[in-house]
Amino acid sequence: MAEFRAAVRQRAGAVVVDLHGQIDVAADGPLAAAYAEAASQGPGAIVLNFEEVDYINSTGIALIVGLLARARKERRAIGACGLTDHYREIFEITRLSDFMGIYADEDSAAGAPAAAGNTGRQG
Amino acid sequence: MSRRWNIRRTLGGRQPALAAAVEAAAGEPGVEASPVEIAPNDPLVAYFQGTTGPVDLDSLDLDSPAVADLRAAGARMVVPLVSQGELIGLLNLGPRRSEQEYSADDRKLLADLAGHAAPAVRVAQLVREQQAEIRERERIEGELEVARLIQQQFLPHELPELPGWHVAAYYKPARQVGGDFYDFLDLPDGQIGIVVGDVTDKGVPAALVMATTHSILRAEAPRLVSPGEVLGRANDLLVTEMPAHMFVTCLYAVLDPTSGRLRYANAGHNLPYLRTEDGVVELRATGMPLGLLPGMDYEEKEATLAPGADLLLHSDGLAEAHGPERQMFGFPRLAKLAAEGKSGQELIDLLLNELAKFTGPGWEQEDDITLVTLRRSSGEAAAGSTALTEFEVASEPGNERIAIERVAAAVGDLDLPAARLERLKTAVGEAVMNAIEHGNRNRPELPVGVLVAVSGAELSVRVTDQGGDRPALQPERPDLEAKLAGEQSPRGWGLFLIESMVDELRTSADERQHAVELIVRLEGVEDHG
Repeated sequence: MAEFRAAVRQRAGAVVVDLHGQIDVAADGPLAAAYAEAASQGPGAIVLNFEEVDYINSTGIALIVGLLARARKERRAIGACGLTDHYREIFEITRLSDFMGIYADEDSAAGAPAAAGNTGRQG
Repeated sequence: MSRRWNIRRTLGGRQPALAAAVEAAAGEPGVEASPVEIAPNDPLVAYFQGTTGPVDLDSLDLDSPAVADLRAAGARMVVPLVSQGELIGLLNLGPRRSEQEYSADDRKLLADLAGHAAPAVRVAQLVREQQAEIRERERIEGELEVARLIQQQFLPHELPELPGWHVAAYYKPARQVGGDFYDFLDLPDGQIGIVVGDVTDKGVPAALVMATTHSILRAEAPRLVSPGEVLGRANDLLVTEMPAHMFVTCLYAVLDPTSGRLRYANAGHNLPYLRTEDGVVELRATGMPLGLLPGMDYEEKEATLAPGADLLLHSDGLAEAHGPERQMFGFPRLAKLAAEGKSGQELIDLLLNELAKFTGPGWEQEDDITLVTLRRSSGEAAAGSTALTEFEVASEPGNERIAIERVAAAVGDLDLPAARLERLKTAVGEAVMNAIEHGNRNRPELPVGVLVAVSGAELSVRVTDQGGDRPALQPERPDLEAKLAGEQSPRGWGLFLIESMVDELRTSADERQHAVELIVRLEGVEDHG
């Protein structure tokens, strides 16, 4: 069971937060810190990269909701990429996908200009 | 300088000899002659109790081997080193290099020297003794560590998973590491062998005998199966290898999980307790401990574990634990606790809590404690259904991951489509998290029970906690807009997720327990019911 960690890096079009391990209660602090670091780099979109995430539970969903709420206040677009089919389904069931762009991979997430405008429901 | 004198302290007879070295003064200065051993009962020792100052060896008229040895080593003069009234060594001198006799001044100088040297030598001796004690303690600790490692090597790393049965085990070595062991053996026809034993003695020898017994049982059990025959054979093999004054008590039982039939034999080990609806009985079978005498017979008995029955196997570290007044925990108390109706980890926790209450704080565990419990599930899996696995996890954060993995392993043969399996895993994780946090309020001693069963075209995972009194939660769709606007807590997704992940969610509760049952229909999946 991999402990959660998050790393922030900049690329053309977005700031990417690479998430690793499990997103549960233990991810609270590191996730918030990574978001703050990403947000400090400018007003642009932030892409959460779930490629290396193997577990998200309801507490993890709540953390992502909290993060989305914060981004909405800052009028900042959030995108997600690298979700497995299962967690993509969960993002759809919970309607998180209505408030963040869900992309197959990082390139389409960072390159999608639509990411800038997805502050409301799309589906 | 005192290092040159190989002098040891006489220790009230425990230390056999006082050693003294003779400076070969006449020959080569600085060369130490071989030490002279002085027995504690040598007349010379008694002589020096009543004498102070240098003594001319030639003038000594004692029938003493030590004096003879000193003379032979070339000593002419001995000066007792006395510290706090105790003779701690001798200064031994050969002839003067000038070949003149020792003068009165020489004697006075030597007496003064001895007076000053004695306390310093004593301090040096004490330091050495202390260092030796530390080394001895380290050696014993090292040996205990080896014993511990050997023992752990031979304890099972996982418990058997028997559909319809729940097995729990507890093992805690005493600081001195006794020779307790337990084991589960896979036998022909799906039967399972259960071993609980105790080697007399402690430390490395006990651990080695335990390892031997373990290997013999592992080798013989699958071939012979019959518990009486297995113990008889193990006894004959152990008799030839057993160190003197050691033996092994051992209970060996063979369970047929399908019928609940339990055959058992006992080589002088504590009697197991069987709890049924009618109360608790001891399972008796006679037999001598292993390794004492060859050609022993072991009585073989039989019992049936009906649904709902509990079996408790135990070593004497529990029943023979002593309280502060030296009273024993005792078998009657143990039998009474076994009758309380608890099972599995709950029963083990009950026994350990009662033990802690009995011994009070600061108790040092006297002997290894081994507990193995076996419960036949009471058929909570509805009629016509087959239990795939049943287990408990402690109410500690993160344990939902254990439950997820075990459920996933148990349903492996059902060949669920990957997506359905993933959904089930998420639902199980959320249900177990709810049970840990809301049902058992994060109290680690309260177990969360998980029962996985399949019946017809339906897979059921039943998650039970001890919070029967809590209000049943109604799953409802969380209001994401309100959460994003900060009007509601971002949390509250668990029950909604569970409901979304499975085909049906059933909840039930009584005064004590709360249960959530997750149902996954197996249409389109091969029917294993």
